[in-house]
Amino acid sequence: MGIKSLDELRKIRENSIKKIDLRNQGNEGDNIEILIGMATCGIASGAREILNTLAEEVSKKNIKNVKIVPVGCIGYCHSEPIIQVNIPGQKPVIYGKVDKDRAIEIFNSHIIKGKAIKKYTLDIDFERAKQL
Amino acid sequence: MTVYRTNILVCGGTGCVSSASLDVYNKFKKLITSAGYDKEVKIIKTGCFGFCEQGPIVKIEPDNVFYVKVNKKDAEEIVNEHIIKGRIVKRLLYKEPNSKRIIEKHQNMPFYKKQFRIALRNCGLINPEDIYEYIAVGGYEALGRVITKMNRDEIVDIIKKSGLRGRGGGGFPTGIKWEITKNNHSDKKYIICNADEGDPGAFMDRSILEGDPHNVLEAMAIGGYTIGADKGLIYIRAEYPLAIERLDIAIKQARELGLLGNNILGTDFNFDIEIKLGAGAFVCGEETALINSAEGKRGEPNYKPPYPAQEGLWGKPTCVNNVETFANIPAIILNGYEWFSSIGTEKSKGTKVFALAGKINNVGLVEVPMGTTFREIIYDIGGGIQGNRKFKAVQTGGPSGGVITEENLDTPIDYDSLSSIGSMMGSGGMIVMDDTTCMVDVAKFYLEFTQDESCGRCTPCRIGTKRMFEILTKITDGKGTKEDLKNLEQLSYMIKDGSLCGLGQTAPNPVLSTMKFFKDEYLQHVVNKVCPTGRCKGLAKYKIDPEKCVGCTACAKVCPVECISGKLKETHVIDQNRCIKCGACFEACRFNAVIKPK
Ligand SMILES: Cc1cc2nc3c(=O)[nH]c(=O)nc-3n(C[C@H](O)[C@H](O)[C@H](O)COP(=O)(O)O)c2cc1C
Repeated sequence: MGIKSLDELRKIRENSIKKIDLRNQGNEGDNIEILIGMATCGIASGAREILNTLAEEVSKKNIKNVKIVPVGCIGYCHSEPIIQVNIPGQKPVIYGKVDKDRAIEIFNSHIIKGKAIKKYTLDIDFERAKQL
Repeated sequence: MTVYRTNILVCGGTGCVSSASLDVYNKFKKLITSAGYDKEVKIIKTGCFGFCEQGPIVKIEPDNVFYVKVNKKDAEEIVNEHIIKGRIVKRLLYKEPNSKRIIEKHQNMPFYKKQFRIALRNCGLINPEDIYEYIAVGGYEALGRVITKMNRDEIVDIIKKSGLRGRGGGGFPTGIKWEITKNNHSDKKYIICNADEGDPGAFMDRSILEGDPHNVLEAMAIGGYTIGADKGLIYIRAEYPLAIERLDIAIKQARELGLLGNNILGTDFNFDIEIKLGAGAFVCGEETALINSAEGKRGEPNYKPPYPAQEGLWGKPTCVNNVETFANIPAIILNGYEWFSSIGTEKSKGTKVFALAGKINNVGLVEVPMGTTFREIIYDIGGGIQGNRKFKAVQTGGPSGGVITEENLDTPIDYDSLSSIGSMMGSGGMIVMDDTTCMVDVAKFYLEFTQDESCGRCTPCRIGTKRMFEILTKITDGKGTKEDLKNLEQLSYMIKDGSLCGLGQTAPNPVLSTMKFFKDEYLQHVVNKVCPTGRCKGLAKYKIDPEKCVGCTACAKVCPVECISGKLKETHVIDQNRCIKCGACFEACRFNAVIKPK
């Protein structure tokens, strides 16, 4: 359905904000999000396999509150595949050079037990311009 | 809303939490509450400051003071001294390991965030295939405001005052380009997004389109509204299938929501976008060649004027902008031109995205404010040179640019500073080279590229770049003369002056710039017939190690050109002028005395 006015666009924004709240700073609720870098650099270094692996883990363990979101490149191409784990109330954690084994390890430790695996994390050092 | 006079930020990152930052956080809470300051001072658990070795980290704002290795007792001291009495606790400040210099302000710390992302602001944050996520981060708000509340002159004014210049290489002020196209009256106008990105080693535009396609669509609609175009075209190389697919999805979604099409957001503004695939020729990134190609003609440039703003696609006024240029537009509309023009240098505003490649540790994309230095990009953000080798040069501007050497590492990067040191901003490729890179070989690489990509329309570029490539090949084969160097230089100026378009006009730059900064290396090749880095195989030399040679004569016996001399039981010598580098001596020697070139 077409958006008929700026006000209508703003209403849609209000309703959509929940979708991405988690990515900035932990909101309430218990939905966990895994972002995965799916730009050319990510895919070329194996992100598709990681996406499939994570999706398999989610369905194998029958977890209902995890959503996997493909995103673009954050510029750290040297460390692809990259995933970001967003858990409500916590600062997002970014992992680099995630291979299949690491993906499963991270899933079991961070998603299931809530324990981040520090040795695989990436320090990122940039600030994003705010839009609104 | 309560306004706090001071914020105490306690790092809640994994690293700091493991060093007991939560205890420190709780301690602060208790101390501040019992001191009765809880209405004035807020305690915030933050994300990682990226300095985990020094945790727990505590930052006091707005004072911008940064304390390291804070324990529960230190928290008491910080509250009593800093918060209550306003005195900085020197003891807890960070000391630079080498100089032992005490650093107070966060900005001065070596790991301070150097990147600021405007064009890449949503990349890696939102799902590029979901328009609702883009809307959630404020997407299409700028378009909405523009078409419902602003007139075209106002927008031109904002873009002009923002100081935004074209990111496709030329650096032409975007506001002026929009104004000119707007003022050229016609029944039909077009706006084109240049996504050809043919510069080897560059992938900024691809990443923007893959990570945040709606940003570019929104900006094109804003541009279309401003100049009076109802049709947009994205010219993108077919080698970017993922970007094309995501653009395709984005355009479909925007049409479904009525953000492209007729009567956008209930106004009388109509705008739609079409994708045009290019075959990947470098010259098709040049705007007039692009337009020819988009019309189905050969991808060859035209003489300018007329400029596309006068006579572009199908002879109509056309505004051509680069992907990254567009990616800045919505943020400028929403945050204001004052915000944008406060970032960067006097004549180059905002940020620039660079694709870091070559012998650098952190290969990837960076976006930094204009005015950042090469040293900051290469060492602080890029993590330095691979294998800790020595930095030799960095090429900016791709095949149209030149090399920047050690002496210019501290140059603040902007359009003008780069031109003044013989390179150019270009589209943003940055290829880092270490001491194993041969500069003649680099120049040859770029000339091989340009002579191949030359469209052939004008003679200086078609034949000139070919001759330059041949001379460079001769030099790297070890057959060059000093005369060749002179010819190279002369040809360079002839091609620069005589070529029709930017491709030829800039093609000799890599040669001129490497000849300027590495003259000695060229001379070594032509005079001494040596490639100092050992890269040029044609100059490779077989040698005999006098320490190991026992004078058995085995090598001399197998040499097909009889260029090895020496008496029995005495050291043998290879006559380099006659050696054909067949390697027979190397195979024959049983004492490892023959040294094979690298
Ligand atoms: C040989 C050649 C290649 C070019 N390739 C590109 C390109 O890939 N992308 C691009 O945006 N501009 C390219 N340009 C510059 C365009 O002609 C034009 O100036 C630019 O798209 C204008 O957009 P801007 O003002 O936003 O930078 C190229 C120019 C030349 C001479």
